Amino acid sequence: MFGLNTKDTTLLLIVAMLTMFAPFILNPFPADSAMAQFNAGYPDLMQRFVIFGIFAIGFNILFGLTGYLSFGHAAFLGVGSYSAVWMMKLLTMNVIPAIALSVIVAGLFSVVIGYVSLRRSGIYFSILTLAFAQMSFNLAYSVLTPITNGETGLQISLSDPRILDGAGAARYPNLFGAEMNDATTLFLGGWSFTFSVGYYVCAVIMLLCFYLSVRIFRSPFGMMLRAVKSNQQRMNYTGLNTKPYTLAAFVISGMYAGLAGGLLAAMDPLAGAERMQWTASGEVVLMTILGGAGTLIGPVLGAGFIKYFENIFSKINDSVLHSWFSFMPDGIEDLMVTLVHPFVGKGWSLTLGIMFMLVVTFLPGGLVEGGQRIGRLLRRKPAKDDSASGKTEPAE
Amino acid sequence: MDAILLQLLNGLDKGSAYALIALGLTLIFGTLGVVNFAHGALFMIGAFCAVTMQRFLTLSYETIDETKKDFLGNPLKVSSTYVESWFGPNIGSTIIDWAVPIAIVMAVPVMIAIGFVMERGLIKHFYKRPHADQILVTFGLAIVLQEIIKYFYGANPIPTPAPDMFRGSFDFGVLLGFDPNAIIYPYWRLVYFAFSAIIIGAVFAFLQFTTFGMVVRAGMADRETVGLLGINIDKRFTIMFGIAAAVAGLAGVMYAPINSPNYHMGMDFLVLSFVVVVVGGMGSLPGAVLAGFMLGILESFASMNEVKDLLPGIDQIIIYVVAIIILLTRPRGLMGRKGVMEE
Repeated sequence: MFGLNTKDTTLLLIVAMLTMFAPFILNPFPADSAMAQFNAGYPDLMQRFVIFGIFAIGFNILFGLTGYLSFGHAAFLGVGSYSAVWMMKLLTMNVIPAIALSVIVAGLFSVVIGYVSLRRSGIYFSILTLAFAQMSFNLAYSVLTPITNGETGLQISLSDPRILDGAGAARYPNLFGAEMNDATTLFLGGWSFTFSVGYYVCAVIMLLCFYLSVRIFRSPFGMMLRAVKSNQQRMNYTGLNTKPYTLAAFVISGMYAGLAGGLLAAMDPLAGAERMQWTASGEVVLMTILGGAGTLIGPVLGAGFIKYFENIFSKINDSVLHSWFSFMPDGIEDLMVTLVHPFVGKGWSLTLGIMFMLVVTFLPGGLVEGGQRIGRLLRRKPAKDDSASGKTEPAE
Repeated sequence: MDAILLQLLNGLDKGSAYALIALGLTLIFGTLGVVNFAHGALFMIGAFCAVTMQRFLTLSYETIDETKKDFLGNPLKVSSTYVESWFGPNIGSTIIDWAVPIAIVMAVPVMIAIGFVMERGLIKHFYKRPHADQILVTFGLAIVLQEIIKYFYGANPIPTPAPDMFRGSFDFGVLLGFDPNAIIYPYWRLVYFAFSAIIIGAVFAFLQFTTFGMVVRAGMADRETVGLLGINIDKRFTIMFGIAAAVAGLAGVMYAPINSPNYHMGMDFLVLSFVVVVVGGMGSLPGAVLAGFMLGILESFASMNEVKDLLPGIDQIIIYVVAIIILLTRPRGLMGRKGVMEE
């Protein structure tokens, strides 16, 4: 189906089911129960899941397939956000032109940066992309203030021209009238499920992106990119110019990042320079590696994982901890709370850092590899590397 | 003329910090072949050594002074530091005042120990892995170190003043025959520059004039052969890692009065130091130092108003522009050696 083999079709269908029923799946606990704080099924967070999923899928096309580690991908995300907001200021609040422009601008931007950066590889490539991203970040903060509105961030206002919108047009980002922050809530017993327009717009776009990335992974083009990763020198010796292929991969992943940026702006029409900072680029690296670089589903998992923990783990405070450990004797309860305290709440990035180090050290294939290992253990089969996800061995 | 001199001086202290961090990075890269993204965190830990020393010296106890009353008529609580009560008020307050220089004594062993633990415990397992993995795991380590410091010291910058006698500024212009107040330069920045010059000199002398340094240089050139000669090169490289960590730490200790330490100062410096290393040439120690000072000075020239009027925003991006130009025109950097990290 859709030009995919059975395994990939199954994977795509599973992802489609998961995203479409996410409001149910992510809200397993009744709204007024003590566990409700672990519910992730509210629109804002679900939108982040899929948007950063898109970002990570795009990053994975570059890093997972070609092995080029870019530390500056957030620049494209930021550029996408800015152009989307400008479109909403000048043309219309409909999100389609905004998203289209953000993809185009990020694509052009990545052609320029990629053309220069891809002249080098390895650590030099990482540092060149890092330098470009920091440069864009600094420029957005200082000289380009007329375009980016500097520290305040770019926002929409009532006095913007919006030439395509009539007098009675919607004041919020919308898709032909359906406003992004419109939501209906379904109450079912103790549970409540929220369905928002914005989430479903993002989810459909993510599914398209995911499908596209499966096609890229399975295409001759994807094969060529993997060949670049495993031995670029050999490719050059056979008389093949790898540059167009790597540049294409770079631009595609830049456009994915721009799309993610555009969607972020479409959900919440503001754009700030901090989206371009190199820590933001580091975050997408974390997501991709944590989930499993070079696998299809890994980046999406990683993005969901990190965004879930960022939002849910950081909400756990001492009183929550006390209620968890309340079954223990008082002394031990306090001890446990003291022990766990540094790793939750504000300290959740410590947990993230430790987890990331463990994954890089012991599970270079990320969560996906972990899942495969567990699966093999359960089936008690000898180790065989026929993973459905198209993992490639990292090259020296 | 005086403005140019002033900018030259201004660039020196930032340049010294870049040079010291880049020197440590290059030491690690040249010996162990590891790209250490946690080096900025080591710089940051150094700065927090100064904070810790200051807190340690100002540990105090409270006594109730019966002779004085507060405005409610209760006996006044007087807090006095242990140091002052042990050494007398004069010497005691001087010791507290000199907390930052004293912290050097603490920082050296602490940083060397951290370096050993890092190398033996983590980095050792990554020699045979690709550079991307090394970058990733040290990036994770940097996050962890940063969060640990944040947990203990909080997220706000902690002012850590320099000793009183260095607090003023030095009128440099008078010496050279300019008007008074034309070129004013804070004493502590002069101290920082001199200090970093000493450290850089010491590292080079150590590598150039000691047997240990000779073996290390031989190992940098050809690790395998040195190993075959029956020399335990791994052990020496571990020690070099400790020394590199100590260099970064010392740079951090002395930088604390210039910029109040906060937990993400390391990350801010790291990006720039990597640019410095690449501009100087991967694996070249003189290149790292040269590029450090060069970029520091260029940065301060670019922030002159005359330059900014000509090219707005240039002060924000000059370092990156230079790095991109250098990487594209001289792929090995200013003084890079042949065969080091070339693809």
